[in-house]
Amino acid sequence: MAENVRPRVKAPKSASAGEVVVLKTLISHPMESGQRKDSSGNVIPRSIINRFTCEFNGESVVDVKMEPAISTNPYFEFEAKVPESGDFKFTWYDDDGSVYEDTQSVTVG
Amino acid sequence: MKFNAMTAVAALMLAVPGIAAADPDDDTLIINGELEMTTKAPLPAHMEDVNMDQIMSGWHFRSDETQALEMDDFDNPGMIFVDAGRDQWNAVEGSEGKSCASCHEDESSMTGVRAVYPKWDEKAGEVQTVAMQINDCRVNNMGAEPYKYDSGPMANMEALIALQSRGMPVNVKIDGPAQETWEKGKEIYYTRFGQLELSCANCHEDNYGNMIRADHLSQGQINGFPTYRLKNAKLNTAHGRFKGCIRDTRAHTFSPGSDEFVALELYVASRGNGLSVEGPSVRN
Repeated sequence: MAENVRPRVKAPKSASAGEVVVLKTLISHPMESGQRKDSSGNVIPRSIINRFTCEFNGESVVDVKMEPAISTNPYFEFEAKVPESGDFKFTWYDDDGSVYEDTQSVTVG
Repeated sequence: MKFNAMTAVAALMLAVPGIAAADPDDDTLIINGELEMTTKAPLPAHMEDVNMDQIMSGWHFRSDETQALEMDDFDNPGMIFVDAGRDQWNAVEGSEGKSCASCHEDESSMTGVRAVYPKWDEKAGEVQTVAMQINDCRVNNMGAEPYKYDSGPMANMEALIALQSRGMPVNVKIDGPAQETWEKGKEIYYTRFGQLELSCANCHEDNYGNMIRADHLSQGQINGFPTYRLKNAKLNTAHGRFKGCIRDTRAHTFSPGSDEFVALELYVASRGNGLSVEGPSVRN
């Protein structure tokens, strides 16, 4: 069970119609690969974020399958076109079944 | 012959940009597009006889990509640890049922602290670092276990406190009762340690701007500590860094939190008097 998991998102509050905006996301997470052993030689079980998605008004922007080789505190930066006012919904899926969410509203006008 | 000599000179000049790449750059550090930092400053008065033009933050010795990470708080991975530090600040611990916030309220009450530490503590009769103050509070006021000196939780708390002073000039006092400790730190700075017989000054005063194997040598300023290092993906304390440096000279190191390192921290901090507090900074 990962502790102190906290999603962060940096998105603009407003944009002009059709503008391409930069979205930055980061989630604090140990991303334990499952390859490492502890001091007594036992394998530390895998515990990673295995999927990250971003939707805008229900439409998929990115959907990322994530693998154990990704470093701790995974960071994604990507661009999205904003046709109208709405909400970006960001979702991270943890191996342990936890789902972390964040929503950012963008106003066009 | 003359022609050959000229060709050799030309070849040397062509090679210069490659060498010059190890030099510090002239970029300006502006954080979040609003907070301009002092990353170059005139030598403090006590360094007049030192063969250096000016003091410079380690930020200037890093690549543009690493520099950019510190210019935006969202990109700065050290901020994750600041958040963790804020949770610790508000967490009730120990037999007295108190948190840091119980007495100090908001963390902004720590504004200016990082800039003037290490500092002479009249009550304790010694020079104290921020870390020593944190543990003093934890043990005597909260009745909690002290943090290990260079541990993660300690670095988190130091980062939270450093952030409150970000942009303020480092200004540690080296006269009065602190002078004895400062002299001791200066002696350590110029003493050669280890099988390689290197002093701090051999690298960070005589050779800053040159390469040490594949990396650039900085002036060894500590205005940016605690520092997020890309090589170990965590916050590093000044004492942890001192230990790593002395280990690299193949010496037995002093312990983090020891009198020797406290003295060295005071001396090294005083070499950065005038630079902005950058903590938590990003280095490689």
